[in-house]
Amino acid sequence: MEVTVTVNGTAYERDVEPRKLLIHFLRDDLDLTGSHIGCDTGNCGACSIIVDGVLVKSCMLLAVQADGSEIETVEGLADGDRLTELQQAFSDHHALQCGYCTPGMLMSATALLRANASPSDEEIKKALQGNICRCTGYWNIFEAVKSVAR
Amino acid sequence: MLLREVEYVKPSSLADALAALAANDGARALAGGQTLINVMKARAASPDVLVDLNGLDELKGIELAADGTLSIGPMTTYAELVGSAEARARPILGEVCAQIADVQVRNRGTIGGNLCSNDPTNHLPPLMAAVGAELTIAGEDGERTVPASAFFLGVYMTAVQQGELLTRITVPAGKRDGFAAVTLGVDGTCIANAAASLDGSLRIALGCVDAVPVLVEAGSPDDVRAAVRAAKLDPPSDVHASGAYRAHLAEVLAERAARQAMR
Repeated sequence: MEVTVTVNGTAYERDVEPRKLLIHFLRDDLDLTGSHIGCDTGNCGACSIIVDGVLVKSCMLLAVQADGSEIETVEGLADGDRLTELQQAFSDHHALQCGYCTPGMLMSATALLRANASPSDEEIKKALQGNICRCTGYWNIFEAVKSVAR
Repeated sequence: MLLREVEYVKPSSLADALAALAANDGARALAGGQTLINVMKARAASPDVLVDLNGLDELKGIELAADGTLSIGPMTTYAELVGSAEARARPILGEVCAQIADVQVRNRGTIGGNLCSNDPTNHLPPLMAAVGAELTIAGEDGERTVPASAFFLGVYMTAVQQGELLTRITVPAGKRDGFAAVTLGVDGTCIANAAASLDGSLRIALGCVDAVPVLVEAGSPDDVRAAVRAAKLDPPSDVHASGAYRAHLAEVLAERAARQAMR
């Protein structure tokens, strides 16, 4: 089936099988490998992206379901070498160890801060509950997000 | 994970969706997909055709009638319900939906999907049974409405037959409700849960202890544990809890839910 999407401002049109998951479409068809596959069971959140303004796990959507949508992935955050304030905060607070969960953490935190620029500690934790860090480096991730909350 | 080959259709009307589901015994409705896509990865389900309901605006939205009755479209997501001003007329609905899984799942997962998948560990089957919801089911031959007590038929089985869709969830007015669960981690899968509603007497629905929610009536919170014991539960054992422990949790959670409803 023909699928047309806009990813980080660039339009793409591809012919995809209905059985293809959106994460595979991004990584294999569009070569956007920033979004990771951690568990492939909907638990870990490493594949989190924003579709039409809504944070989702891209391993639980079919690519054909995204037809016509506007997608944001981790590649769309920085402007060249200029990191977003949140990305810089992750760096400053050592909020990544192995880095595997980071793209999903960044997208979840980005979605949170867009909806709520002044989240409480509880709201930050709840916003990140769908993202698992196998290094268990949660505290610095929390601190990084908190540091950019107004 | 590569899914088995599947056809995909996205109808733009309820009639087209019902026709697509009726045309093929291997057709399955795709709502939020937060369960179905995963069971397809595991090959626990291998539909031939996915009928995506996400284009059907008639299955979305929440309306509040003058008498306090809520009419919920089954394609409403948990997050939409949590954010709905109308849904606050029955506060327990938003409270429970806010504790299902995580942000991403709540953004996609739907009320109708939670009910129609009828996994015994789901939150909403016991909740809808306790609040006395009615479920409207449509097929090509027309529609019918059944009470929640007649909707859940078995593990993963409901009154929605092949070729039919859940089209409306009707929740009567009320505020004195409670819900309690023991979960795998905060907001995780339920090991046991209970929903309670005060409507004259206490109506309590127990989840995770049988194939369908078990309904128990009690006069007051002090009577709840005896009422649960009288139901002679025989819950399944698994890696998370023995049957005996689940039966114990059912008593404890039923009382907690009942006390919340009485507040």
